[in-house]
Amino acid sequence: MALLQISEPGESPDPHTRRHAVGIDLGTTHSLVAAVRSGVAECLPDRDGEVILPSAVRYFADGTTRIGREALAGAVSDPTNTIVSVKRLMGRGLADVSKAGRLAYDFVAAEEGMVRVRTAAGIKSPVEVSAEILATLRQRAEDTFEADLYGAVITVPAYFDDAQRQATKDAAELAGLEVLRLISEPTAASIAYGLDNGSEGLYAVYDLGGGTFDISLLRMTRGVFEVIATGGDSALGGDDIDAALADWALARAGVIAGSAGDRRAAAMAARVAKEALSSADHAVFGCTLAGARVEEPVTRADLEAIAKPFVDRTMAAVRRAVRDAKVDKSAIDGIVLVGGSTRMPLVRRAVHEFFGRAPLTNLDPDQVVALGAARQADALAGNQGAGDLLLLDVVPLSLGIETMGGLVERIIERNSPIPTARAQSFTTFQDGQTAMSIHVVQGERDLVADCRSLARFELRGIPPMVAGAARIQVTFTIDADGLLSVEAREETSGVEASVTVKPSYGLSDDEVTRMLGEGFGHAEDDMAARALREAQVDADRLLAAIASALAADGELLSAEERASIERAAVELRATRDSTDRAAIERSLKTLSESTEAFAAERMNRGIRRALAGRRVEDL
Amino acid sequence: MAGPLRGPFSFLNMHLAIDDFALFGLSRSFALDRADLDARRRALQAEVHPDRFAGADAAARRAAMQSAVRVNEAHARLADPLKRAAYLCELAGTPIRAEDNTAMPLDFLREQMAWRESLDDAGSRAEVDAVAHDLANARRLAYERLASALDERRDFAAAAQEVRALMFIERFAADVDDRLVALES
Repeated sequence: MALLQISEPGESPDPHTRRHAVGIDLGTTHSLVAAVRSGVAECLPDRDGEVILPSAVRYFADGTTRIGREALAGAVSDPTNTIVSVKRLMGRGLADVSKAGRLAYDFVAAEEGMVRVRTAAGIKSPVEVSAEILATLRQRAEDTFEADLYGAVITVPAYFDDAQRQATKDAAELAGLEVLRLISEPTAASIAYGLDNGSEGLYAVYDLGGGTFDISLLRMTRGVFEVIATGGDSALGGDDIDAALADWALARAGVIAGSAGDRRAAAMAARVAKEALSSADHAVFGCTLAGARVEEPVTRADLEAIAKPFVDRTMAAVRRAVRDAKVDKSAIDGIVLVGGSTRMPLVRRAVHEFFGRAPLTNLDPDQVVALGAARQADALAGNQGAGDLLLLDVVPLSLGIETMGGLVERIIERNSPIPTARAQSFTTFQDGQTAMSIHVVQGERDLVADCRSLARFELRGIPPMVAGAARIQVTFTIDADGLLSVEAREETSGVEASVTVKPSYGLSDDEVTRMLGEGFGHAEDDMAARALREAQVDADRLLAAIASALAADGELLSAEERASIERAAVELRATRDSTDRAAIERSLKTLSESTEAFAAERMNRGIRRALAGRRVEDL
Repeated sequence: MAGPLRGPFSFLNMHLAIDDFALFGLSRSFALDRADLDARRRALQAEVHPDRFAGADAAARRAAMQSAVRVNEAHARLADPLKRAAYLCELAGTPIRAEDNTAMPLDFLREQMAWRESLDDAGSRAEVDAVAHDLANARRLAYERLASALDERRDFAAAAQEVRALMFIERFAADVDDRLVALES
């Protein structure tokens, strides 16, 4: 009988077929895709041999797009249709980005929700723009492997909040990627350093990119990467230094960048000068504004005076993270620098001074995140030789709910290890009340107005009772991707309340469905065929997963339990090859449900195994 | 806190409703080796973390998530001395009930008020440091009394009273830390 193939838990059933899993660094300025091939993590080049894809998307009136370097060609001549640094818009509202002030886009006026940009090809959400970049990288990887991808690990700044993470995950799904995990950029970088240098001990990762800053402190112990504390600013990066340098140079030259194209040209000139000043003492800020040439000399000292306030902000976050970690900075064994902006000598000096030791810089700061993500993707895909890699991460920002008077009641503290959950009891305040709304916010301040609104969860279906009699137990869960979900239940009646989420800065499920319908990189498929194909892929994955679970832990089952799982598996195999999507989904559900008790037993066995090598004290 | 898990976690009751000490293979004592506790957390997460089941079926992924949550929750409670002490009192049938048991000895309250006043009056770094020093001593002595009540005398009523006192002390210690941070920046 062909039902069971013997394999190690989590490993692909056939050792000769590696699962093609990639790591993707979706950066503010650059994006990269990397994979582990023949035991080595490497960034995948495009047809021209370039590994870096500029994070730029240009929209044309005929609905076509250009991505990457080709898009950048329009950055100055066609600024409102050429979207760069879209990462700064992910999960953000109009008020957030107008604070940044200098973006050249034609934003759609809206009082709430994520910003939208008006382009020649219609109104685009940052999620759709990011999906174009991700779809390009997916295509590059599939061309390299000449095969479909099993899945991807996507990196996000450690300090990204829930809305920004969810937006990133939505973009990946829109791009047709199976998201194996979202991981933090500093953690990904530490994997690349840890595995390549064989490091153990306590490390600090300072990651200053184009638009985000992260600091993470983590402990490496034999393949386990444990984040102790993290901090940062998800709206602080090299872009801000470019903008400040551009303002300074234009003021000295006595000119004003009037149009969106001029502002873009000035920012690009500032970036060129800034990059030159990493190795030279003098550079020229040069650009053509409104047809007139502007040239302004800049010294490294000028740049450093302009950049210092930004670097000081990063160092304040570093101090707080060290304090949160409750470690002495002398206990830190190494400092890793990540992100293009850490090439600035000023940054290197500030980090060196604070920690009292020179930072590690022997890996390319542009590639190191993607390389680490590729390692994690390889491990999550269960490929042989991926090693015993385990990441234990934390939630970067405290999570709270709104209480009386606009105050925040904190329910999950920042730097709590994830996954984590907290249950909280609520009651009704009116007779017969059957619904209530819970406003979830993220941040460290005491007032709701000073924190970031994440979502309003509407609970419905509470049984009518007198005021104060209902006891609604609400469980807030943050999963291993750092994403929040909420479940609610009325305790006295046992009724499950239904929860609908109104994300403050996210996309609704309907919007995601509509965007999926519009297609990314697979416009030729029709929806029904795609849905059927997805159900079949799900069926194959589930059958493979259960085969390997039975091979690993099958003896935990009684003959009867095993027979029930096998019956459901046989049924799914039969429906899998039909064209009846509903039937496949029914069989999937039956098989999945038949394994619940087995799953819990497997965890129990894992817990026993974890303690088996240790002295178990008398209870 | 401990007790049967409800809601979405209920199906793990039979597996994970053992107490935190049992989950980590430890005896119920206040004295604890933090490095050993952390190593046990890593070993447990290496078995149950969702990443170990990334390619598994949905039921296994869900069970892994819930187990990993349980391990993290237990670790947080065991790693923090005050939470650990409160948990031991609760397991012994003497819950802390801080919210409806606020009566503290007069001497203790006087000492608290004196500390608050000296923190309010402290203008310089040296003066705040002096308060922090006194506080650290009082805190150390309180934890020593707590350890003795829990592990030697097994007097949980006395331990519960000490936990309530330490809750005041820790809150004050956090305020002192905030002042130190404010002075730094």
